[in-house]
Amino acid sequence: MTEEITGHKNFFEEKKGLASWIFTTDHKRIALLYLYSIGFFFLAAVFLGFLLRLELIAPGKTIMEPQTYNQIFTLHGVIMIFLFIIPGIPAIFGNFFIPIIIGTDDVAFPRINLVSWYLYMTGAFLALGTLFFGEGPADTGWTFYAPYSVKTGTNVSMSVLAAFILGFSSILTGLNFIVTIHRLRASGMTWFRMPLMAWSTYATSWIQILATPIVGITLLMIVAERSFGIGLFDPSLGGDPILYQHLFWIYSHPAVYVMILPAMGVISEIIPTFAHRTIFGYKAIAMSSMAIAFTGYFVWAHHMFTTGLSSTAALIFSLATFFVAIPTAIKIFNWVATLYKGSIDVKPPLLYAMAFVFLFLIGGLTGLVNGAIAADIHVHDTTFIVGHFHYTMFGGVGIVFFGAMHYWFPKIWGKMYNFKIANIAFALIFIGFNALYFPMLISGLQGLPRRYYDYPAEFQLTNVISTVGSWILIVGMILMIYNFFRAKKRGEKAPRNPWGGLGLEWQTPSPPPLHNFDKMPELVEGGPYNYKDNY
Amino acid sequence: MEHLVLPNSGLTRDDEGSKLGMWLFLYTEVLLFGGLFIVYTMYRYLYPDSFLQGSYHLSIPIGTINTIVLLTSSLTVAMGITALQKGNNKLAVWLMVATMFFALVFMVNKYFEWSAKIEHGLFPGMDAYMQLPRGETLFFFLYFFMTGLHALHIVVGAVLIGVVTMEIKNGKQSSTNFAFTENAGLYWHLVDLIWIFLFPLFYLIH
Repeated sequence: MTEEITGHKNFFEEKKGLASWIFTTDHKRIALLYLYSIGFFFLAAVFLGFLLRLELIAPGKTIMEPQTYNQIFTLHGVIMIFLFIIPGIPAIFGNFFIPIIIGTDDVAFPRINLVSWYLYMTGAFLALGTLFFGEGPADTGWTFYAPYSVKTGTNVSMSVLAAFILGFSSILTGLNFIVTIHRLRASGMTWFRMPLMAWSTYATSWIQILATPIVGITLLMIVAERSFGIGLFDPSLGGDPILYQHLFWIYSHPAVYVMILPAMGVISEIIPTFAHRTIFGYKAIAMSSMAIAFTGYFVWAHHMFTTGLSSTAALIFSLATFFVAIPTAIKIFNWVATLYKGSIDVKPPLLYAMAFVFLFLIGGLTGLVNGAIAADIHVHDTTFIVGHFHYTMFGGVGIVFFGAMHYWFPKIWGKMYNFKIANIAFALIFIGFNALYFPMLISGLQGLPRRYYDYPAEFQLTNVISTVGSWILIVGMILMIYNFFRAKKRGEKAPRNPWGGLGLEWQTPSPPPLHNFDKMPELVEGGPYNYKDNY
Repeated sequence: MEHLVLPNSGLTRDDEGSKLGMWLFLYTEVLLFGGLFIVYTMYRYLYPDSFLQGSYHLSIPIGTINTIVLLTSSLTVAMGITALQKGNNKLAVWLMVATMFFALVFMVNKYFEWSAKIEHGLFPGMDAYMQLPRGETLFFFLYFFMTGLHALHIVVGAVLIGVVTMEIKNGKQSSTNFAFTENAGLYWHLVDLIWIFLFPLFYLIH
């Protein structure tokens, strides 16, 4: 498999020094800038989550005051949502690989790409700046629900501005990908010969463009309301807090699909590669991405069933919510069908992909519980919700993020990591994850409210299991990260195509040269997943 | 070593692509204001009388002048683009400068309009404002918020056109390379278009 890299410098060697990184317009370097910054914020938020779980190991005060607890869970949510999950896969792996897998040398607007990283960093510093300025980080929860967000003394304005700027960054990234995919595909790559990763990124980008501006303006209204006391959302001044919730979820529900669709794209790449079999139902997967993007707009009020929504509205939104499950299920069935009779090669990326299918299934099915009006009223604002969205967001996006790291690590750094350590780390992460979040589903059904600092003694067992789970999970993640650093330093050299994949990224050296390809990329006959040698 | 140059490179000039990007961006701008229009609609529906009372505080003549000014500036920028496409760079520069001049006139008008309101204490948080009935406070909040955001767009648009003017002058924009000028023009038309909605909503509807 090893091929000599002839004469070409890879993109790391092309230029050196700090300026060559922070002023770069190379999509690969920008992707890595994102990776290092997003990785840092992710670990910070993991640490906050660790503190939260530690506090909850026993009833009453354990390590922090109630107010600190409120601020920490808000900061944990804000960082995880706005700084990790939303930009994570598109800004890192999308940036690095979308141009490569459609066979071009950069995104359509390389400079705007860099601008969006700077916006991201500005937003990030504002979000973390709440730790040091004003009355400390917001204590409202990441949703900034009015009227509390208007009244609390903590530094909500700064967190909200951070979210606004991050939204702007996300819009520019989305815009860049749409134009890139429209304009820069390799000749012969028609829409239905694009890799599915490109399809899901395309769908994601549309949601980013269509939904983000609404939340942007809503958040600015919160700032204005706090500064001038207008009474848009504050009922004591005659405002309508429900209006805020509508405006917030009009964006924030579609944003859920901004988070999950790129992850589904990565899965659609990993599974055929390791099953050595053509993807089952290519068009169905591609179109279901667009269907999710479309349907995702009409379900926002399912976050609001307990607000006194009219029963007609509740019924319609509940029905629409069930409709979203259909394209999602289409994908799951197609992935499983792809594995059927494949020559499956169990490598770490495939393990993560399998874990995703399993965990996301739990996340999706518990989602239907929330989507059903009657059940939702029972589980609303309980730890069941916390369990549900961690299964979808962490079990979905987070796990795929790890999977994508394992899948593309050899391509990005040109080194192989140790499979044995990777497998052990995977096992720890999988066990820790389930131990951490499954008990939340149980205690939620028993009625334990979420975001509570204290709880009655009978809930201690599930809470202790959760906390111990968080330790296992963190050990697994540390081991995984150690494995990457170890590989980068003294891993074996990676060939062009370590997994035998058919994507265009595997035709170029590892790491790729500055302009991505050293020879013309050749499209595979009969579609991007046509694994002829096996089937 | 030479780099492989792909025919579909992202680094070469792509006018179609940059226009597509601009249209998408304009779409996000429409949605940004769309959120505010939703809030306006809802509160207008809840407080029709107060919104009417509020609109009596606004000066229709100044609003009309600003509307004419903006519409004319849209004309000049469109003519400027055509002049550039036809190769008459000098005229194009003049028309762009005229556009910026109209932007300035608009902002000066806005300045006097706003300062009159602020003198009467009608800015959110001021004394007279706090005495207003509930619906009127919302009216004035939305008035300042929406026209303020619009004014910000005027400034950004004028700066963009300033950059365009410089680029025409030093030959970067020309009759064979005018995508950036067109994009700046598109942005300017959007700013104009938003005003076309703001003007009747705040000044005219009775």
